[in-house]
Amino acid sequence: MTAERRGSERLVDLLSGQEEKLVGQWIEGVSHTLRGRLSAGELGHELRELYAALVAALRSGEDWRAEAFSEVRALLTELSRNRARQGFTPTETATAVFALKDLLAPSSETAQEDITAYLRLNRLVDALGLFTVETYAKTREEIIGSQAEQLLELSTPVVKLWDGVVAVPLVGTLDSARTQVVMEKLLQTLVDTGSDQAIIDITGVPAVDTEVAQHLLKTVVAARLMGAECTISGIRPQIAQTIVALGIQFGDIVTKATLADALKHALRRLGTENPAVAARSAR
Amino acid sequence: MNGQSVTAEEEFSTLPITTNDDVVRARQLVRALAQQAKLSLVDQTKLITAASELARNTLVHGGGGVMRSGLVERGGRRGVTARFEDSGPGIPDLDLALTDGWTSGNGMGLGLSGARRLTDDFTLASKPGAGTTVSITKWVR
Amino acid sequence: MTERIPVLKIGDVLLVSIQTDLEDQSVMNLQEDLAARIVETGAHGVVIDITALEIVDSFVGRMLATTAAISRMLDAETVLVGMRPAVAITLVELGLSLGGVRTALSLEKGLALLAGADPVRADRA
Repeated sequence: MTAERRGSERLVDLLSGQEEKLVGQWIEGVSHTLRGRLSAGELGHELRELYAALVAALRSGEDWRAEAFSEVRALLTELSRNRARQGFTPTETATAVFALKDLLAPSSETAQEDITAYLRLNRLVDALGLFTVETYAKTREEIIGSQAEQLLELSTPVVKLWDGVVAVPLVGTLDSARTQVVMEKLLQTLVDTGSDQAIIDITGVPAVDTEVAQHLLKTVVAARLMGAECTISGIRPQIAQTIVALGIQFGDIVTKATLADALKHALRRLGTENPAVAARSAR
Repeated sequence: MNGQSVTAEEEFSTLPITTNDDVVRARQLVRALAQQAKLSLVDQTKLITAASELARNTLVHGGGGVMRSGLVERGGRRGVTARFEDSGPGIPDLDLALTDGWTSGNGMGLGLSGARRLTDDFTLASKPGAGTTVSITKWVR
Repeated sequence: MTERIPVLKIGDVLLVSIQTDLEDQSVMNLQEDLAARIVETGAHGVVIDITALEIVDSFVGRMLATTAAISRMLDAETVLVGMRPAVAITLVELGLSLGGVRTALSLEKGLALLAGADPVRADRA
């Protein structure tokens, strides 16, 4: 039997020999760092499962990337995802894994063989700890990404102003990505509500650049291709100056000073100037 | 990762483009890839449209050829690549060919320039007499 | 064997509903069939419904524009209905404006447009 193999077996023996006591110590150590923000039952269940999986995996080797460790990796992934969602810090998350080392911490009386086993565990735990932190970071990124998306959704409400008229009041700085989202959402709303008049109100937009102006233009042209008319309202003097200075042709696109004017125009387009009549004639 | 495999360039599936039906097949193949890569609906539509333009170019101007396509990944971002190769007469002036409205046939001359606008990555290689290769990629936003 | 798309007659309006991804020859056939049917029936309007189309490339786009022009010469007004938002955005990016083709959101609105129920649209044509 090789020394390699013997070291492995010794590690398994040490961990499984006094399993109850070691798991207890581990849970104790970790719960201390979490200062009671996770229920004892929950934490105990989590770590017990992980410990069992780790010992089982160690019987077939110490390569944490191996197939035998898939259960361990899955449990660690779940652990770090949960911690990230619950707002624990990366340190608190990783400490749960690193605390495993303390269980076999050698003293001056520890046998040479057991020190070797401890060092092997050390190496493995380091790798698993890094894996945990990486998963944690990835989860946080996902959370941030989906929040950014939600924010984008929130910031671009498409509202129905009248039967056959929808409007999107834009507030804040428009960048290319946001303008694109607005464009897609507005066009989809035209279909969903069967509206053939759309108003893009940019009263709350402090400035536009060439790209954004082009996106607005494209939205109007796309709406026309679908059979709807688009009016742009609330263009500030500075924006008008910018658009002209940039040499962007707004061509035959209808622009109005205020949202009210645009609505009046849209209703006239719908076939009447009297809102009551428009309401009655609409389904 | 998430279970989907990314095709290595050498393993791209190859579709011959020799008839009008093959242009339809090219669109369907690219659509399947775009859905697999989870491109947004608008991005899917843009990519399929670009592929349609280039497949027709391959057929009409290149005298037929092949489309090689597959999923790709770069810097953690997933995408779909389609490459169109023919051994036709080639394009003498690439800059001119990419101008809106330029056409060697009776089309509207929006094929190449349009495909470039509709995709994220666009490369065009051609020599007179030695055929044309156009490659397009759309990345998941 | 290329498929032929049915051209339906409702009153003095011809209705074409494109349901599948078409290969180029079928697109050309449709243009011919439609022109022949306009003359044959004396129709004054044509509605082309593309609700089901996921893709309109420059070839199909050009066909739609020329079909509208041909119909007009044969004294029939064409309305294109049901274009999907993603298709519209793509066409704009492609640089295709379908110059002069009238459009409506739905089949119903398209028919109303042809019937002159929408005075504003009618005088815009």
